[in-house]
Amino acid sequence: MSSPGQLWTLVWTFALMSFFAVGGASSAIPEMHRVAVDVHGWMTDKQFADAFAISQLSPGPNVLIVTLIGYSVAGIIGALAATLAMCGPTAILAYYVSRLLQRSSGSRWPSIVQAALVPLSIGLMAASALILALASDRNAAAALLTIVAAALAFATKLNPFWILAAGGVLGFAGFV
Amino acid sequence: MPDSPPAAVPEPDRPAPSPPHPPSLAELFVAFAKMSLAGFGGVLVWARRGIVEQHRWMTADEFNETFALCHFLPGPNIVNLSVVFGSRFGGIAGGLAAFAGLIGPPMLIAMALAALYARYGEIDALRRILSGISCTAVGLLIAVVLRMMTPLVRKRDVAGMLMLIAVFVAIGVLRLPLQAVLLVAVPLSLLITWSLHRQGTA
Repeated sequence: MSSPGQLWTLVWTFALMSFFAVGGASSAIPEMHRVAVDVHGWMTDKQFADAFAISQLSPGPNVLIVTLIGYSVAGIIGALAATLAMCGPTAILAYYVSRLLQRSSGSRWPSIVQAALVPLSIGLMAASALILALASDRNAAAALLTIVAAALAFATKLNPFWILAAGGVLGFAGFV
Repeated sequence: MPDSPPAAVPEPDRPAPSPPHPPSLAELFVAFAKMSLAGFGGVLVWARRGIVEQHRWMTADEFNETFALCHFLPGPNIVNLSVVFGSRFGGIAGGLAAFAGLIGPPMLIAMALAALYARYGEIDALRRILSGISCTAVGLLIAVVLRMMTPLVRKRDVAGMLMLIAVFVAIGVLRLPLQAVLLVAVPLSLLITWSLHRQGTA
């Protein structure tokens, strides 16, 4: 089971990672995969893809994948520790920056910073999609299912839950 | 699974007035828990609906400004938003109440699912269901990426597209560590954006 050393690794890994999660938790998925699968061997490639699927299946913010990685390393304590480490430090930063900006509004640098960071954040999320696709789409039918789901979600306003549910039904029926 | 429509359709259209009263800690907790539990594949839409339309705690512009701030700061955006929003009304306690509402209930659900997975994850039927779900979950992420890319393509933002591709290759294909890539990419992108901006205004 978990040792204090492992918990500590979990905490500092995610606390550090959060400062590099430009544009949100989904941007850090490649780094989570690298750390959890390649560096520490906390989970297999397949377990990582499953954790992502479960995090999407749960309502709530995308950061839940961190909760699930923590859970698989050290149970409930690990889940709490990883989640708080991922959310806490950057939330404190956001709190102080927002108070600062409230006092000195009208500066234009936030819009330049935003314009510079948006492409990076999209590139990171595209990398997340690639890594997760390589882990989940192991045959042509699976790849097709991913493409159809992407097209449906892009072109329609269907609630994502129904797309996930349809995937579950097709999976149960042996399509993938 | 909770998939309820927003609790109330906003009352007949009129410009959002100032909030009837600032939310209490309990109201903050409940409001964020509701938004979070309604949000499959992203809480932002529901946060906007709850804060701007339903409760009228902020105007649409105030909300956009606050979200823009939380988007360019590092970390999970919507978590940042809950803390910044909550603290604006209730100080540090308000920030904590909103954060707890946002993250607490979904965490319980996710951990319950994880416990089921740990116990039954190897059963064949469940394995098949989960692999179907994970294929579609990746599709949802791809759709988000496409949606975010659309404005860049429309604006013919060549510099932005090149940065996007460079980051995608470095992280997705070459699997370089995130920190190293961003320590190069962030200053570079800032420099390019800033110099293009100066050219534009000069």
